[in-house]
Amino acid sequence: MNTQPITVEKDNKESIDFVKVEESKEFKSFMKSKKKFIVPWTIFFLIFYFTLPILTSYTTFLNSSFFGDISWVWVFAIAQFVMTWVLCTLYVRKANRFDEMAEDIIDEQIKGGNS
Amino acid sequence: MNLTYFLFFICIVICTLIITYWAAMRSVTTNIYYTAAGSLTGFQNGMAIAGDFISAASFLGIVGTIALSGYDGFLYSIGFLVSYLVVLFLVAEPVHRLGKYSLGDVICSRFPGNTMRLIMAIGAFSISIFYMIPQLVASGFLLRLLLDIDYSISVFVIGSLMTIYVMFGGMIATSWVQIVKTIVLMSGTFLLSLIVLSNYNWNVAAIVTDVKENSPLGEYFFHAGHLFESPLELLSLQLALVLGTAGLPHILIRLFTVKNTFEVRRSLLSATWIIGIFYVMTLILGLGTIAFIGYETLISADPTGNLAAPLLARAVGGDFLLAFISAVAFTTIVAVVAGLVISATTAFSYDIYHHMIKRGKSTEREQLLAARWTALVVGILSTIFALRLETMNVTFLVSMTFIVAASSIFPILVLTIYWKRFNRLGVISGMLSGLFASMLLLLIGPHIMHPEGLIQREAIISLYNPGIIAIPIGFIGAVLGTLLSRRQSASEISYEDFYKQAQTGVQSRSDAS
Repeated sequence: MNTQPITVEKDNKESIDFVKVEESKEFKSFMKSKKKFIVPWTIFFLIFYFTLPILTSYTTFLNSSFFGDISWVWVFAIAQFVMTWVLCTLYVRKANRFDEMAEDIIDEQIKGGNS
Repeated sequence: MNLTYFLFFICIVICTLIITYWAAMRSVTTNIYYTAAGSLTGFQNGMAIAGDFISAASFLGIVGTIALSGYDGFLYSIGFLVSYLVVLFLVAEPVHRLGKYSLGDVICSRFPGNTMRLIMAIGAFSISIFYMIPQLVASGFLLRLLLDIDYSISVFVIGSLMTIYVMFGGMIATSWVQIVKTIVLMSGTFLLSLIVLSNYNWNVAAIVTDVKENSPLGEYFFHAGHLFESPLELLSLQLALVLGTAGLPHILIRLFTVKNTFEVRRSLLSATWIIGIFYVMTLILGLGTIAFIGYETLISADPTGNLAAPLLARAVGGDFLLAFISAVAFTTIVAVVAGLVISATTAFSYDIYHHMIKRGKSTEREQLLAARWTALVVGILSTIFALRLETMNVTFLVSMTFIVAASSIFPILVLTIYWKRFNRLGVISGMLSGLFASMLLLLIGPHIMHPEGLIQREAIISLYNPGIIAIPIGFIGAVLGTLLSRRQSASEISYEDFYKQAQTGVQSRSDAS
């Protein structure tokens, strides 16, 4: 396949010892806190999302009245919207902290690499 | 075409051409041409993403489907919206960190080489074209219905506009046309919703009563299960919708137009709010249509229900409002097709021309020239195709695009970013099996194989939305390809380096270690 030398475009920063980053405690705790948010919430929103079509396909109880002619299925449908907005906002708030942690890791490694 | 319509259209055309002129003055480097040099703010990009994403099919089609089928029409909206969580949680930030201009960059940051780039470029190019043609065809019909101008003239006008925007103004023009579209679309639907609600004295219960009276579904209008009889069909559609967005190249390349991951998240947050609010308003419009103008009038104007929003506009606001809503629909179309042209252009001129044909050695000037020519050729060819497809119903290709994207580009992106064992053969086999499986399932499905369809016989697969088969095939293809080939040689970029770059933005040094 490709026999050309590999050239990755980059803004030649400092030399960074990657093995160190990978093994560093900071990187591990960074990935851990990131996964702690993303994994459970991804599982949650996928389950929440697919529950709606599954319930409407195989059961009829969502068609019972919530308020007058508005059935529960509408409540669940609007809940999907609310869920998306809430999770999105939560993640965006949380992720600013992740960015800070990532910055710290990079800074530390650059310092470490130079010493 | 009366004067009001004409003025609205001329106004939009002139406005977008001024944007293009202004953008063309600035598009002097490839970085600006392909990504607006990352100069957009998160909120601007969020509006542009919404403008890129909400097609005329969404605007007119969903209002119509809600008016005809009640709750089931709303299902599309839910899938479209929740899909942004998949984009935000799983792919957005890594894609931004790893890519420069194209999805090819993202794959090549882990598996450098022309074969990988070619595979990704083919996927991105074909999905963009696949999505563009039905949009153009639909726009031709739409303008004919709305304005009574000839199909070919409509397609020609829209085709020329999209080509001019992208050819001269690149990503800056595309982005600002999309931002303008979002503003116009949101204010148009907001205005229309307010008029509908005020006509009912803000009494939602009165609307509900009228809907029940006017819809042949009666009180069942508010129940689920009118549009999809088979549960498998419904689940299959929902699966393709929720995963598809994260594989759409024209949406993903928008993530390169902001400067950092903070702005990437701001973009998606704004896009989610705008798109969500938009779909809530289409719900009001859908109910309003059936309450106001009734089922019979809607069906007799156009059996697919696509004219719901325009008819509602005329019913509540007369010709002036109808002209405005038609102009909104027109802006919606040009903004989406422009986004698709730039996505196809990037895949060809940057990935294939610059990296493969010129081996990464072409100058800025040559690259810009190549990009402009590519945009011109893509625009002309798509327009010609759309003109020739007048007699064919190709609107189903719109929902097919989500299936193709979810079964080819999405699996490869996710596995590249998160699976340590993934390798080159996996990329190739995943992309090919996803593309071929979805195309084949389309070919032997009821859209094409139908007693009165293109191939006149009973369909082999009865699913209109074969995502539930195609998407697993894409993933299985990628995984099998990986497992059946040898482990990566030591010369490859290590996954650890790559993973770190994807997660923290630490720039990889190719000669490290």
